Amino acid sequence: MNKLILTAAALALATGAALAGSHETVVRMGTEGAYPPWNYLDDNGEVAGFERELGDELCKRAGLTCEWVTNDWDSIIPNLVSGNYDTIIAGMSITPERDEVIDFTQEYTPPDPSAYLALSADVDPAGGVIAAQTGTIQAAFVAQQGWTLVEFATPEETIAAVRSGEADAVLADGSYLAPIAEEDPDLVLLERTEQIGGGVGMGLRESDTDLKAKFDAAIGEMKCDGSLNALIEKWDVASTFPPC
Amino acid sequence: MFEYCADPSQLSGLTWASCYLTTGKHLAFYASFGTVLVLLAIIVPVALLFGFAGAAAARSHFAPLALLGKGYSAIVRGVPDIAFFLFFVIALDQIFEYIRHRIYCPDWTEPVRQGNDFVVCAAAKLPLSTSPQWVHEVYGFFLAVLTFAIVYGAFAAQVLYGAMRAVPRAQMETAEAYGMTRRQAFWRILVPQMWVYALPGLGNLWMILIKATPLLFLLGIEDIVYWARELGGTKQAKFTDYPHGDWRMLYFGALLIFYLMLTWVSEKVLNRLMRRLSHGQATAAGEAMRKAGA
Repeated sequence: MNKLILTAAALALATGAALAGSHETVVRMGTEGAYPPWNYLDDNGEVAGFERELGDELCKRAGLTCEWVTNDWDSIIPNLVSGNYDTIIAGMSITPERDEVIDFTQEYTPPDPSAYLALSADVDPAGGVIAAQTGTIQAAFVAQQGWTLVEFATPEETIAAVRSGEADAVLADGSYLAPIAEEDPDLVLLERTEQIGGGVGMGLRESDTDLKAKFDAAIGEMKCDGSLNALIEKWDVASTFPPC
Repeated sequence: MFEYCADPSQLSGLTWASCYLTTGKHLAFYASFGTVLVLLAIIVPVALLFGFAGAAAARSHFAPLALLGKGYSAIVRGVPDIAFFLFFVIALDQIFEYIRHRIYCPDWTEPVRQGNDFVVCAAAKLPLSTSPQWVHEVYGFFLAVLTFAIVYGAFAAQVLYGAMRAVPRAQMETAEAYGMTRRQAFWRILVPQMWVYALPGLGNLWMILIKATPLLFLLGIEDIVYWARELGGTKQAKFTDYPHGDWRMLYFGALLIFYLMLTWVSEKVLNRLMRRLSHGQATAAGEAMRKAGA
């Protein structure tokens, strides 16, 4: 058995060695691919959405070659710090808790209120069961209020829980819920919203300071020449930044 | 895929379905069935090899080797699969990268562990971040095979160890009486006869292995469960040419049928194999076959 493991290790080393050639920088962009309009998979299975366009533009401006990978939301931070990809660009709000583990670039969308989606407009979040995606600022918020929280691994499941009556409402980014409410006559957005979390930024390993500086500069540039606001409006993901 | 698919919103019925079922995403879904089957086909021999080595080691008269063989199956069998898959794969990956780091970047002075980060030099990354996506996928697949093989090898080791002990002692004594060495008796008498005792246990393991393949998803491999979930989810007209409601039941239903078919076929094959192996064996089944033939 030992021999096998050694052989396997040797094989892994050899494949790596054979592939060690060019040293052009490729930045691997990690996203969830299940959170339209931020990021989702199009009909061809390619990553698409606001963050795809934004990420490609940032890479172009920073002179980087970027490659897109998808990863479950649950393990998106552990896989970043262990080096499976180099950035998280997945609609992740900047929070102090996350900032302890990873670094964030400056925000590329301003802080926006989160919204509720329910079967009827007169649901009271405090008295009901609220669905939220695990590990999101919304889940943390509901738990903090002491309300009844049900967590799901994917955004899709949170909506399904409301449809099936398992939860009374779902708390998530308004930009994610709005297109769903638009196309499904059974679901409505509540008037009540919650101002939680900071803006959305790109997550990077704390040791990757060079890459962070490059993306920070590119985001700053896009903020000032208005191209970021244009993208935000195109995909309708958030409010826009004031001109700088 | 087809020309008439340019504007799916104008289509209906079968034409719509023919377009919908041939989108790039669906093709990836179909391909993932192949991934699962290939994975199973590779794991089985590797796990059997691990199991055989473990069982042979456990029988060894050389104490450290016997301890290694027994320890392997005892420890791995005791750890929950899901913990093994979440922890072990990351650890394995980091061990490989650490070894490469020591080899390729001896002058590196910064620590490998910086707070939460695991940082190795660019040349030690596995796969290199410059390599194309398929290399990353193959590497992930390789890690999955290795992990599955280690886990299921431990169970197989236990099954084979038991099977080796189940071969009647008289057979081995006869071999010794003919002057065979321990090695000869092991390979010529014990190994050919043990399979009939091992097969029910191994068959069971195979069934469990089939059902465990969705764990692949935990390893970041886009398997059939991943695609079923992705495709079945509600799709809004804004983000796709083929908007639909929550179709997860349909997709997971298809998976259910796939898995049932796979286990059904396996059962048939295992039964045939059992009949072949029982032929001429000193077991109840072998005896029954001998009588029927006579």
